[in-house]
Amino acid sequence: MSAEAIEVEEVKELVAEPAEPLLSKRRKRIVQDPLNEDNPITVQVLGICSALAVTVKMQPTLVMSIAVVFVIVFSNLIISLLRNLIPNRVRIIVQLAIVASLVTLVSEVLKAYSYDMYKVLGAYVGLIITNCIVMGRLEAFAMGNKPYDSILDGLGSGFGYAWIILTVAFFRELFGSGSIFDFKIFEAIGWTSFPTNGLMVDSIGAFMILGILIWIQRTRNGYVEH
Amino acid sequence: MQQSNTYIIVFSAILTIVIGGLMSLTSVVLKPAQDKQVELDTKKKILGAVMDISEIEDPNEILAIYDQRISSTVVDIEGNEITQDDKGNALVAEKVNIQKNYKRSQEERFYPIFMFKNESGIVDAYIFPMFGAGLWDWISGYLAVDKDLNTIRGIAFDHKQETPGLGARITDEVVQNRYKGKKIFENGSLKSVTMVKGEGHSGLTDYQVDGMSGATMTAKGVNKMLEHYLACYTAYIDKVKSNNKLALN
Repeated sequence: MSAEAIEVEEVKELVAEPAEPLLSKRRKRIVQDPLNEDNPITVQVLGICSALAVTVKMQPTLVMSIAVVFVIVFSNLIISLLRNLIPNRVRIIVQLAIVASLVTLVSEVLKAYSYDMYKVLGAYVGLIITNCIVMGRLEAFAMGNKPYDSILDGLGSGFGYAWIILTVAFFRELFGSGSIFDFKIFEAIGWTSFPTNGLMVDSIGAFMILGILIWIQRTRNGYVEH
Repeated sequence: MQQSNTYIIVFSAILTIVIGGLMSLTSVVLKPAQDKQVELDTKKKILGAVMDISEIEDPNEILAIYDQRISSTVVDIEGNEITQDDKGNALVAEKVNIQKNYKRSQEERFYPIFMFKNESGIVDAYIFPMFGAGLWDWISGYLAVDKDLNTIRGIAFDHKQETPGLGARITDEVVQNRYKGKKIFENGSLKSVTMVKGEGHSGLTDYQVDGMSGATMTAKGVNKMLEHYLACYTAYIDKVKSNNKLALN
């Protein structure tokens, strides 16, 4: 049984030799690393500002996550396509211009088709421009890698950011407002007098949950600060 | 080649033109949809001050109810109706920009007023728009008053960027409902209604509303806005009141 499995593995490797498969080990790592071991928020400690600001409720957090994934993936793709054309001396401003355009696009589309979300998220969508994760990935990855790899990297970092802020939002909305996606969960199970925790609605709540998340994750991965 | 100044200038110029073009295109393409959203949002807020429209999903239905139930007028600080703006164009209450008017002196402002009619077409409530400063940026509101022009029927607040979870709670139904049934006039003179500091008070008077914990500054802005604008509307309110009395006699 096990010998067979190994053989199949080897064959796969051989076939893969000429062209790298769409999801080779290296590429899987590009996506997986930022999800856990090299998470932009909990390990690199980037993008904290918006992680604190938009995570009061699940719904805006979800919209924010989608917006950030969109911006990271497409800015990574565009910069990667242009990487050999961009003059080195003005590369930061070029990256910024592209990120800013994508962010404006997201903001305008939200305003046109989801006005309520636009009002809730307000300035924070615009502030994706200054989200260090986006610029960080452009400078560290997209400038030196092929488009497809850059998309994968964008997806990895984007979802790495998304799952952390969604987790934070889950606990903040659950304890702060007693609901999930505005669905009053405690009332539904008959606990009408659930005491909502004002601290969770405050940024302090986000700091605490984020701290606990970082603690759990670093303990599990055995990460040591250098 | 890539490092030469000419290349950098040409590259930047092309990038600017391409991005600028795309951005303008987005803005032009999305403008009609955005305008419709803004109009719908205004009408929702006006209606939301007098009736519960949270169950209605279809935007067209909301617009239809609005057309059927709401009539409007524009008055000046003396309570006289105005029909023309500074340039002589016809004034439409829905199009009056309250934010722009807020910046003018009280005497020069246009004050739009919306009247809510019941099923038989008789005015049942008055809705007064207002505008002011919150903690971080502007706040605005639509105050609906019963036909006695004293009892608050409902209120709908909006804000630009009050702190989510704290000051931004003025848009929560729970907070807005605290205004229902409160009064604004005492023995015929304006008293306005005040949101108190702190939350969970009991034994509040008809002129006090329970506050929002952690959002005292926003509450102060709300109180100031209500007091200021109600004073501006008083002339109109008195006029309607005396007209109603005449009609009764």
